[in-house]
Amino acid sequence: METSRPPGSPNFARSDGRVVSSPPKVRKDGPAATIRTPTRELGALVVEPGTPTRGRARTAPLRREGPEKLTGEARYADDLVFPGAWFGGTIRSTEPHARLLAIDRADDFDWSRVVVVTAADIPGENIVASIHDDQPVLVPVGGEILHHAEPLALVAAPDRETLREAKKRLIVSTQRLEPVFDPLASDVVFAHYEIVRGDVDGAMAGAHLVLEGTYRVNHQEQLYIENNAMIAVPRDDGGVTVTGSLQCPYYVHGALKRALALTDRQAVVVQAETGGGFGGKEEFPSVVAIHAALLAKACRRPVRMIYERHEDIAASTKRHPAIVMHRTGVAADGTILAQDIEVVMDGGAYTTLSPVVLSRGTIHAGGPYRCPNVRVRSRAVRTNTPPNGAFRGFGAPQVEFAAETHLNRIADALDVSPLEIRRRNAYREGDTTPTGQVLRESVAAHEVLEKAAEAADFPTKRRLSARGRAERAANPGWARSARGVGLALGWHGAGFTGSGEVRLGSVVSIVLTAEGEIRVLTAATEMGQGTKTILPGLAADALGVDLDRVELVPVDTSIVPDSGPTVASRTTMVVGGLVILAARELRAKVEGATGRSFAESYRDHASRNGDLRVDRRFEPYPGISFDDATYTGDAYPAFGWAAAVADVEVDLDTGEVIVHEVVAVDDVGHVIHPVLAEGQVEGGTLQAVGYATIEEMKLDDGRYVNDRLSTYIIPTALDAPRLRTILVEVPFSGAPHGAKGVGELPMDVGAPAVIAAIADATGAWVTELPATPERILAALGVTPLRAVS
Amino acid sequence: MTAYRLLINGDPVELDVPGMRRLLDVLREDLALSGTKEGCGEGECGACSVLVDGAVVDSCLVPVCQVDGHAILTVEGLAERLPDGATALSALQEAFWTAGAAQCGICTPGMLVAARAYLDHGGGPDDMSIREAIAGNLCRCTGYTKIVEAIAIAATPQSGGGT
Repeated sequence: METSRPPGSPNFARSDGRVVSSPPKVRKDGPAATIRTPTRELGALVVEPGTPTRGRARTAPLRREGPEKLTGEARYADDLVFPGAWFGGTIRSTEPHARLLAIDRADDFDWSRVVVVTAADIPGENIVASIHDDQPVLVPVGGEILHHAEPLALVAAPDRETLREAKKRLIVSTQRLEPVFDPLASDVVFAHYEIVRGDVDGAMAGAHLVLEGTYRVNHQEQLYIENNAMIAVPRDDGGVTVTGSLQCPYYVHGALKRALALTDRQAVVVQAETGGGFGGKEEFPSVVAIHAALLAKACRRPVRMIYERHEDIAASTKRHPAIVMHRTGVAADGTILAQDIEVVMDGGAYTTLSPVVLSRGTIHAGGPYRCPNVRVRSRAVRTNTPPNGAFRGFGAPQVEFAAETHLNRIADALDVSPLEIRRRNAYREGDTTPTGQVLRESVAAHEVLEKAAEAADFPTKRRLSARGRAERAANPGWARSARGVGLALGWHGAGFTGSGEVRLGSVVSIVLTAEGEIRVLTAATEMGQGTKTILPGLAADALGVDLDRVELVPVDTSIVPDSGPTVASRTTMVVGGLVILAARELRAKVEGATGRSFAESYRDHASRNGDLRVDRRFEPYPGISFDDATYTGDAYPAFGWAAAVADVEVDLDTGEVIVHEVVAVDDVGHVIHPVLAEGQVEGGTLQAVGYATIEEMKLDDGRYVNDRLSTYIIPTALDAPRLRTILVEVPFSGAPHGAKGVGELPMDVGAPAVIAAIADATGAWVTELPATPERILAALGVTPLRAVS
Repeated sequence: MTAYRLLINGDPVELDVPGMRRLLDVLREDLALSGTKEGCGEGECGACSVLVDGAVVDSCLVPVCQVDGHAILTVEGLAERLPDGATALSALQEAFWTAGAAQCGICTPGMLVAARAYLDHGGGPDDMSIREAIAGNLCRCTGYTKIVEAIAIAATPQSGGGT
């Protein structure tokens, strides 16, 4: 392994300094320091549903890689040592749309000191393998540049200073072409869908009221604190091993094979400790990995491709901006009779994952509400801006912000409370969704709604804010701030959309080695959410052995099977489910052969019979099917349900918002690990609060203007509201542990709850995210929702 | 180049490096102390936080010449050294572990040293004071709830106190 550090030597070959005397090492190389184990017992991971989560937290095992992360021992990509490594860099477009005419090397530089790679040097196909394969690894000379910061050439140098010099001396000539920035004006469509159910026009005609509204959301940056980073090392077999920060090792593996013309075995992808992903390291790392690999092959040595923050924000994918138009027919009591929805997503310059982001957005567009007459039309289009891609929620936060805000405005128009209108319309078991999916089980919309309203004391707070509005109306200019409370309800399909899981055909393996070790092999990555704790825990529980008996094998594509990407809230539910099934099979085999319990007999059995391996492939959940051609059927095996209540204060002079508290209630099927599950809800909720209030990418001529952490602002500990999390458990019978996803669910409801709270405080609806002070002040002068019939 | 003398995690170190070399690079690259992370390189995220004579600084903004003769504490210096040479998690680190305050872990080293400075200056379990103490350290995973909880645990005398 290339990652071991030669004892006593300076860390990096790139160091331009000299250590005269180094401190005695606090930590020794090799095994981690002796860690004093906390006194609490490590209990069973899976317990019966209904056990109070607070009580369970005390028995849940601690994060497995915790000690490494708490001592600085954990090795992220940029911490890894590769002796003799060069530094890689990327030459990028400074135009949003142009013809690439030439890339010239200046005469006043010794080019033998560096390696330059252009499109002409790509041994395989010049594509970043994804859904449509339309994105080039590097724009070829004569080719079309489609966005600002698009990669044009690569450089590697033995040190950073030489790299900087060389990059300056590559001269790019372009001819500017007319860019398109407005998604409504774009005629290049990456994907489009239409869902039609019932008679929308007829139902609208018979409605008590038809209300329409348009909602906009803008780019959001994932802002993992660890930037994108990859190190590529040439292999003796002509291939390349890439180690880095990533969510989906087999996406990177597939992309390397295509671009570098490698076989399965020649392309090896290893995950380093990963400092956050949130979708931002779903597809984009393929680009970084290919670039690093091309340079490593060209200079025949390891190449470090470590982004700085500015480059990371400028070049990497963002959450899709969207424009969502709603036209809704309702009865006088607030019952939804018809929904006509149009969704336009801005995909940026290349397709990346837009078709699947849009698909999820389309299916979730109506919100978690029963409606017999629905039409959803959607499209994702090309603009000359950097490509957009995966980000926690994956199309759902955009459309659910629109659906929830629209429903709240309908409630206002009908003078029905936001709680009451949801009680009338939220899904119950047996209801049918727009794709024709009958929700047969695990429907917790009403439970999360009531729990959130009660925990936040929503009705009382609503009365207080109404009184505040009345007092301010009676005494204009009297108050300088206003308090309000807002409610949102959401749903999130767990796992891949439609037949995605069936197509993936994920595999996990468990090996009982001859030495009596139990090893779990999956491609599921740890990026903070708890994979390294959850998966071995599920295996240990199913085998009836202590957690410390089970090893989770490091993610390395030369060792682990393809258990799919670590995305779509699928790791605990889908991969974890497969781990349980594989473990049960292993247990049955051993117990069948020995006639004794697995725990008592597996070591003996292993020493007598040698390695025993069980591979388990995904099989469709019973009774779940989706027809891609007609876009009908069971879009997801199950949905998670979430409600949030936000309590905000708005400064009426400046438009500034303080979010004081968010109560988040999430149904995750079955809680496997309360502390980790709460961590997902808390983190997702704060990202949603940032989305609602302060996070905004500003563009000028297709370039992100605020591509730095001093200008793209995320919430600090002082900005963050108090987060109260309540976990609800309505198990999904198709998964052996009853668990549904948790990662994305909280991201769907936080923003509309905050916007509703701002409206409750001020009486004004902000219809575009984020609700910046400027937008809030503008909304305070805007006319209310218009009735069109 | 001039030789600089620093006390790093209690150990004296002498370095021949350019004076304007960032303390962050000296730690990570010259001294193999890669626990301190770089998140933005411009003093916004706090991932590179270390203590200089007990005060929290962003090591990406500090040239090594500025800390000549000073004491630096990094995440690697937080664990307790036991008499037998092994190390054990400090009460603060253990509180982070048990409360679930570390998720992806990339902000954790900076967060821990900021918390350590807060506790060393007599900070208590008060929510707002803790939040002010870590407001210079961004975390994208946790929503800060469990980080604040962990620091409050470590700041509560009956929990064993200490850092």
